[in-house]
Amino acid sequence: MMSTEQSVTPKLIVRDLNFYYGAERALKDINLTIPEKMVTAFIGPSGCGKSTMLRTFNRMYQLYPKQKATGEVLLDGNNILDKKQDLNTLRAKIGMVFQKPTPFPMSIYDNIAFGAKLYENLTRREMDERVEWALKKAALWTEVKDKLKQSGTGLSGGQQQRLCIARAIAVKPQILLLDEPTSALDPISTAHIEKLIDELKGEFTIIIVTHNMQQAARVSDYTAYMYLGDLIEFGDTSTVFTNPKRKETEDYITGRFG
Amino acid sequence: MPTFLRDVHMKRHNLLDTLFRNITRLSAFAVLLLLVAIIVSLIIGSAPSIKAFGFNFLTSTDWDPVTDEYGAFVPIVGTLATSAIALLIAIPVSFGIALFLTELSPRWLRRPLGIAIELLAGIPSIIYGMWGLFVFAPLFADHVQPWLIEELGPLPIFGPLFQGIPMGIGVLTAGIILAIMVIPFIASVMRDVFEVVPTLLKESAYGLGATTWEVMWNVVLPYTKIGVAGGIMLGLGRALGETMAVTFVIGNAHELSASLMMPGNSISSALANEFNEAVGELYTSALIELGLILFLITFIVLSLARYMLYILAKREGSTA
Amino acid sequence: MLTLYTRRRLINAMGLGISALAMLFGLFWLGWILWTLLANGLPHLTTAVFTQMTPPPNSSGGLLNAIAGSLTMTFLAALIGTPIGILAGTYLAEFGQRGWLAPTTRFINDVLLSAPSIVIGLFIYEMYVVKIGHFSGWAGALALSILVIPIVIRTTENMLRLVPNTLREAAAALGAPQWKVINMVTLRAARAGIITGVLLAVARISGETAPLLFTSLNNQFWSSDLDQPMANLPVVIFQFAMSPYEDWQSLAWAGALLITISVLTLNIMARVLFRQSSTTY
Repeated sequence: MMSTEQSVTPKLIVRDLNFYYGAERALKDINLTIPEKMVTAFIGPSGCGKSTMLRTFNRMYQLYPKQKATGEVLLDGNNILDKKQDLNTLRAKIGMVFQKPTPFPMSIYDNIAFGAKLYENLTRREMDERVEWALKKAALWTEVKDKLKQSGTGLSGGQQQRLCIARAIAVKPQILLLDEPTSALDPISTAHIEKLIDELKGEFTIIIVTHNMQQAARVSDYTAYMYLGDLIEFGDTSTVFTNPKRKETEDYITGRFG
Repeated sequence: MPTFLRDVHMKRHNLLDTLFRNITRLSAFAVLLLLVAIIVSLIIGSAPSIKAFGFNFLTSTDWDPVTDEYGAFVPIVGTLATSAIALLIAIPVSFGIALFLTELSPRWLRRPLGIAIELLAGIPSIIYGMWGLFVFAPLFADHVQPWLIEELGPLPIFGPLFQGIPMGIGVLTAGIILAIMVIPFIASVMRDVFEVVPTLLKESAYGLGATTWEVMWNVVLPYTKIGVAGGIMLGLGRALGETMAVTFVIGNAHELSASLMMPGNSISSALANEFNEAVGELYTSALIELGLILFLITFIVLSLARYMLYILAKREGSTA
Repeated sequence: MLTLYTRRRLINAMGLGISALAMLFGLFWLGWILWTLLANGLPHLTTAVFTQMTPPPNSSGGLLNAIAGSLTMTFLAALIGTPIGILAGTYLAEFGQRGWLAPTTRFINDVLLSAPSIVIGLFIYEMYVVKIGHFSGWAGALALSILVIPIVIRTTENMLRLVPNTLREAAAALGAPQWKVINMVTLRAARAGIITGVLLAVARISGETAPLLFTSLNNQFWSSDLDQPMANLPVVIFQFAMSPYEDWQSLAWAGALLITISVLTLNIMARVLFRQSSTTY
């Protein structure tokens, strides 16, 4: 199924994953393997379960009652759906960026430092370096280096979203989950973020959910097409887009659907 | 990836999580405890009186510190009568204000007018009392009460309510001042519930050619009636428990009179006036029992009010 | 057809006219009361009011001890009530999705919000004053703090609910434990709204008289000992206004004006602050 020249190591293995909002089944017997240090995109019409999928990977759903997942999601061999899995340490390993920018009501510096100091005892110097490193990675450093003490909520939308990416990578996660990270942004900021994704994939395993098929085609190595809670097709992006195996996928990609 | 995820951090976080959750839970629980403590302490305090008078306490009109005979009938009637007068005046006025604020007022005036009405609620009750006693009551006695006695006194059935001498203070005066005090509470709840009526509903009525008044009366009011009733009950709860404004103007007489012009007493004004001077266990205890009765009445009224407002909010949530 | 329509229009005009009158009716009382306060209070609002103690009958003096006592007890009441209120409000908003405790507490709290304050005074009298054997400033502060708690709980919960869930998720997604999410992010985002609630609570208690009658009572002299009866503006106003002495009545009007100005200023401050905060989040 994964026929690329590079050797791929599996990072996340999903087995028989089912997800329920109360009695409603939102994911149906999902099986797939997400490769390490690549970009995997989930596409599909809204309500297909792609965001739900993302929220099982860091068990974000557990903030809410009546939501539950069954099956297995193996991260480096450990089932993260296991009851014994500590949620906070899991989420420190798997970062997430949301649809809308979510800067915390604190300074730019503190926004980045917030996550980084949760599980590491860093000195003041080390923290300064970490903040600079993360902001540089997120291509935001030159724009904010003189106003680190200012509130993060004062930045523009595109800058705020890059701040959120910097904040996520400052924790040095292994996986980055991006939930429609550009849907609230203008085209220029979108281009910024897409370029960023390309640069980051050498270090992080990136999983992106997008409703924008062109974006998936541009940034991802692998693409999964979902529909009504089912995984219809999964494969390397060029195959899915140019030579889909399933009729439904082809209909969606060529715009004959939805 | 570095193995920086230290167990120490994890354990500390989990410990603090549990600690924090339990502290907040304890605080929430303290509110319930507070309610129980209030009721229990009032029951204990009124035990001597309950033992001495039993259920007669509720129906007896005695109030005699000399013979140590006490009954709650007069203050209970006073509390209910003043609150009833207050609602009679406050309900239509509040409806008018809410209607004005939601439908009639120019947009730029809404906010200042809303704030003005809410300031009326912010004025401390002791100020209402002073103003009522020194400013309102004399004018009322000179210009309004004589007319009421003259014109309404001779009427059958209602007549006796308005017979008497124009003294300014009394049950009617207390009721009027209470009305002014609860208007802002009722009006602001009414305004809030009127504002949740879906625009579509109002527009479809206007679309049929209905007038503003018809839309309010036939569409908005029926749609929000539970919330409106809740707002009225909330105002009633306020009126029942109000102390200082009533104490200044009600006259503090432990006598039952058919006339609203005559001085009377309410539970809260009896407490405010007599509690610190009460000597003897039974006297104090009878006053505490009055407090217990007041608390139970207001508790029931306010519970109903909240229940009605919850129903409206829930319906709103499910249709939205 | 025309007559029916004319009649409907007439009813409409009448209804709307009456509604406008109702609005004027409300404003009329506000204006009248404020004017009375200014007319009677302003002439007596001299520097002596702020520098001298409450006088014996038929002599001049001020309200210094009462002002100081009111400030002290209000401050203490806010100090006691605010943390409990914020913590309980946090529980309702952040942990209250499951179980019986949150809905029950929410309901009881809403009822306590409008419970008669004189009964709160009786409660503290029974629980505290009787036990220690005399009225005291602490008792007054305790009674007032019980009035603060429901207001702060209500606003804290409401303000926390206005914080978008994505902000909580974003913090949790970094691996932050819940106590940190709430303390560092959610409560911080709701900060201005919560301060509004505290201001409103302070406004409410600074005019309260009934709960102080049986708790702190009054003190004609300066007292910094919270274990003794403590003077306070509302009770002094009550006693002085009901007295036959002209000096006392003048001071009562001055105090009434003072207290109303403070309460209304606090109310307006709270509103302005809230409006500013609701534009950022």
